[in-house]
Amino acid sequence: MSQPSTTPGTPTDEAPTAPAQKRSRRRREAPPSTGLDGIGGLGAPAPNSFLSVRDLRVHFPTDDGVVKSVDGISFDLARGKTLGIVGESGSGKSVTSMSIMGLHKPGTVRMTGSIRLGGEELIGAGSETVRELRGKRMAMIFQDPLSAMHPFYTIGRQIVEAYRVHNDVSTSVAKKHAVEMLDRVGIPQASSRVDDYPHQFSGGMRQRAMIAMALSCDPDLLIADEPTTALDVTVQAQILDLIRDLQTEFNSAVIIITHDLGVVAELSDDIMVMYAGRAVEYAAAADVFERPEHPYTWGLLSSMPRLDRVRTERLRPIPGAPPSLINVPSGCPFHPRCAYADRTGGLSQSERPPLEEKGPGHYAACHLTASERNNIWENDIRPAL
Amino acid sequence: MIRRFISAVVLLFVVSAVTFAIFFLLPRLAGATPDDLASRYVGKTAGQEQIHAAAVRLGFTDPIWVQYGRFAKGIVVGSEYDTGVTVEECPAPCLGYSFITQNPVLPDLLDRLPVTLSLAAGAAVLWLFGGVATGVVSALKRGSPLDRTAMGIALAGVSLPIFFTGLLALSIFSYGLGWTAQGGSYTPFQENPAQWAYDLLLPWITLSFLYAAAYARLTRAGMLETMNEDYIRTARAKGLKEHDVVVRHGLRAALTPILTIFGLDLGLLLGGAILTESTFSLNGIGKYAVDAVANNDLPKVLGVTLLGATFIVIANLVVDLLYAVVDPRVRVS
Repeated sequence: MSQPSTTPGTPTDEAPTAPAQKRSRRRREAPPSTGLDGIGGLGAPAPNSFLSVRDLRVHFPTDDGVVKSVDGISFDLARGKTLGIVGESGSGKSVTSMSIMGLHKPGTVRMTGSIRLGGEELIGAGSETVRELRGKRMAMIFQDPLSAMHPFYTIGRQIVEAYRVHNDVSTSVAKKHAVEMLDRVGIPQASSRVDDYPHQFSGGMRQRAMIAMALSCDPDLLIADEPTTALDVTVQAQILDLIRDLQTEFNSAVIIITHDLGVVAELSDDIMVMYAGRAVEYAAAADVFERPEHPYTWGLLSSMPRLDRVRTERLRPIPGAPPSLINVPSGCPFHPRCAYADRTGGLSQSERPPLEEKGPGHYAACHLTASERNNIWENDIRPAL
Repeated sequence: MIRRFISAVVLLFVVSAVTFAIFFLLPRLAGATPDDLASRYVGKTAGQEQIHAAAVRLGFTDPIWVQYGRFAKGIVVGSEYDTGVTVEECPAPCLGYSFITQNPVLPDLLDRLPVTLSLAAGAAVLWLFGGVATGVVSALKRGSPLDRTAMGIALAGVSLPIFFTGLLALSIFSYGLGWTAQGGSYTPFQENPAQWAYDLLLPWITLSFLYAAAYARLTRAGMLETMNEDYIRTARAKGLKEHDVVVRHGLRAALTPILTIFGLDLGLLLGGAILTESTFSLNGIGKYAVDAVANNDLPKVLGVTLLGATFIVIANLVVDLLYAVVDPRVRVS
């Protein structure tokens, strides 16, 4: 869908404002819609896609039943682009990232589908193959940098270790590289702080060090799993800025995993909203914020405090809790919590909605008709935001 | 650091006072007269007069704090003991003088220390490596037959007393198969290291079996915990080889509490491996303590107790210092 078509009701054809145009130029080339293969399927990878995930399913067999943490998701990500994966706890967003990194404990997980990194298939690849890619071509930063760094080793030693796994250099060369990396992520007096232990760093500094470690081998893909959740609000913005700057510099593909729409709003080109292990909405970030198509996304937006507008109403939380991943509700997994599920004539209760293209490059999984969604959004949701 | 050292010294004095009180004050409180205490140090045929003379000579008629003061002074500057026939010199640090064997306690103890030291050191190496290795493998293969077998053996090891496993091992490997030295064999290391190791092999294995079992369980529990830590996931995410993840990141963290317990166990053992030394008839400090108790030789018992306490206090001190080396988070405070 490289050519934006003129479906009425999508934001792209509504009087394009200057920022909107800028955003759409940044937007990822949408995959051709001809290849849609039903639920969660997106067809063949886009030509410039660096990471292509197709119908990824990650199931954990347990004594109580099979936990379907991820149940058929697909997306594409090009170099230099950022994908935001948004969802509540247990929606499968972290499991997705762990699957890409190959970090699930073997034997505990059943993974099917396809994950192609730079053309190389990761699912079914040998553990040694994936290990060599880890840290070198794909790297990850974690939520809580204090617990994610080894308490007994200096920051420098941990970066040196990450660098030397994939680069055959001496410790002193690697140490110099570590100092450079720390300096690059904005750690003052990097050459002396390189010998500090993680507990001697502040929270923001630790996350910077974590980023330095992740980027030490110049990876093509950086996955940030809730990178700012454990940080002060003032530090959050700095870290997000840093990630954006480094992405420009290294031209890497970035996946940001978060429950905070504010974080993805700042950084992402594309957004995938996940619910109960499936993508319920997948589109360019601007589209998701300007014209969300899924009731769950509406719920996320309505429950998010906004500073850029005068609020007229209280925040509206999404009622209920995320469903069990062993017994996912029939039909649309969101229907027990959805205020509009009764408007589909029982379809939401009985049939699982496929992820369909509702607008150009804008996918959503919902049984509501286009006019109904438009109606609800314009009259019910948007005025209350 | 200096405060720790001072408190260790103070603790030792408290220990010496308490032990002294147990052996010299409690009998008096229980109704024993100085003469009753002195009756142990004279011949069976001695009359009341002689016993009383001995009590006066040994200082049992003095107030208890004067007696303790004399004992404590002996530790610092040495003292003299009047045996009634001669006056024996007991140089500092004097831990007491045995009137039964007619010699000071400490030189006897130091004579036997190499035996106990050899036994403890050899066994410690065995149990540390054996126990930790077993624990790591068990944790990694959790729930496998290997894990179950190892933990079953470990349970047996923790539960079976050393005088059972020791005698069993002696009867099988030494008297049955003839592979190992017989009970009571000991060759000093400096005389013949190979013979030294051969003689001590069975005691080492028996003693280390007991400890290795406990260490295997400890290591397993520690590894199961640390391998679930976030930094293990980070280590894997860096692309480290699994071996490095387990050893450098997992075991490194799991080893810290084990090191603490290891230090204390070793300190305790240096005060005498009583059961092992008795079972294998090794003339170490433990056997010395058993003999002293059997002969009611109070100065020896007191001396052995104090030496054991000293080792434990020193071990605690060393462990405290080591902990700061091992865990950088402790260093700052």
